[in-house]
Amino acid sequence: MVKIMNKTEYQKLVKELSPKEPKFRNAIVAFLVGGLLGFIGEVIINILMESFGLARVDSCMWLSFILILFSTFMTALGKFDNWVNKAKCGLIIPTTGFAHSVQSAALDYKKDGLVTGIGANIFKLAGSVILYGIVSAFFLCILKVVIYG
Amino acid sequence: MASLKFNNIYLNDWFTVTGPLESNSKLKKIDLKMDDYYYGEKTFEKAEAKMQRVVMERLLEKNHLTNNDIDILVGGDLLDQITATNYAAMDIPISLIGIYSACATFPESLIIGSMFLSDKNLKKVISITSGHNLGAEKQFRYPIEYGAPRPHTATFTSTAAISTLVGKETGKIKIESATIGKVTEMGIMDANNLGAVMAPAAARTLYEHLNDLKRDIDYYDLILTGDLGCIGSTIFKEYADKKYNLKIKKHLDAGCELYVKSQEVYAGGSGPACLPLVLFNKIMPMNKYKKILIIGTGALHSKTFVNQKSPIPAIAHAVSLEVL
Repeated sequence: MVKIMNKTEYQKLVKELSPKEPKFRNAIVAFLVGGLLGFIGEVIINILMESFGLARVDSCMWLSFILILFSTFMTALGKFDNWVNKAKCGLIIPTTGFAHSVQSAALDYKKDGLVTGIGANIFKLAGSVILYGIVSAFFLCILKVVIYG
Repeated sequence: MASLKFNNIYLNDWFTVTGPLESNSKLKKIDLKMDDYYYGEKTFEKAEAKMQRVVMERLLEKNHLTNNDIDILVGGDLLDQITATNYAAMDIPISLIGIYSACATFPESLIIGSMFLSDKNLKKVISITSGHNLGAEKQFRYPIEYGAPRPHTATFTSTAAISTLVGKETGKIKIESATIGKVTEMGIMDANNLGAVMAPAAARTLYEHLNDLKRDIDYYDLILTGDLGCIGSTIFKEYADKKYNLKIKKHLDAGCELYVKSQEVYAGGSGPACLPLVLFNKIMPMNKYKKILIIGTGALHSKTFVNQKSPIPAIAHAVSLEVL
């Protein structure tokens, strides 16, 4: 009574029966949350410029510090995980996501030793971002020199 | 033939400890609840070992037994080198057989335990298994646990430890027969869809069990699969129908039965603790089913192999239980 069902047929069956991810909805949510974060960032930059008399470049730097501190703090409190889950990529792509991934790894491995635990694992996810960030910056610089001289 | 029949082997008693999320799920009559994931220890791994130790000690206490009354301890978990079981057994002087079949560890431990008891010199065996959500996340997920959005097919490793006393004295449940599964792989590489990875293994074991023992599917009042999850269950039934022509009607999946919807666990629970947890703390208190076939399903998932683009194999072991 056993019928033959090959792997391709099975994978087709799985695809049919698995629910589709609401990609469009996720993208809208990420767009709105990411945009809101950008808006808040712009407000903070303006406050820093007005109240502390900082140059725009300096207040951008301070804004990064503030966002990183905020997200790592919220990760430590266990809140950020749930937010990321709801906001999809809206909180992962900005610097908050980077800080969160580093902090999460540090928390996960804090008991495994300073070198073997935190040291070896803290950039487990963020390491790729740093590496490929530098690599793409390198190629973009070459491109810039070639095009603009 | 990989099906075995057992004579006069009973599942006498059990003891469960559950994690914070599982304590507020659809379960009833939980023996012990944990307030947090650390359980008074410094790390998740140590917490899991403590969970196993506690359920073993409390099971002995409940049945007025000592370590000397138990001949063999059979168990395993999800951590590397089944460390939770090894470390738990460190303080308990009972001979240990450590096993690993991912989430099919529970039925496997029952099968091995029952086979030992077929020897007339051995009288009592304890089977033990556990899962810890955060320990397993650290072990298996890509590459760190940070709340990344998951697809709806993903399952959630349940936190619990369960010990079961298997012996020859007539008890609550009779272990009637069992089928040892074969490793099955259907080309699925998605670690976020383990239900689809394990469904063919479950269907194959079910088919072989019924075939070996010359039984009809209606022989069982309930077929309880381990942790296929809600989506995996649909795939399992559809696949069993299409490939083996088995119309599965009386089926429940432990993963799908564990959590309530507001707990946001995607397709349901998973992990070695999922099946025994639902069996002992949900199905048994219902007092509704007499002949139950439990099929533990394990995705033999390795991060290394998945990264190297190999599909995930799965295994399923079935044990037929008769509630007395």
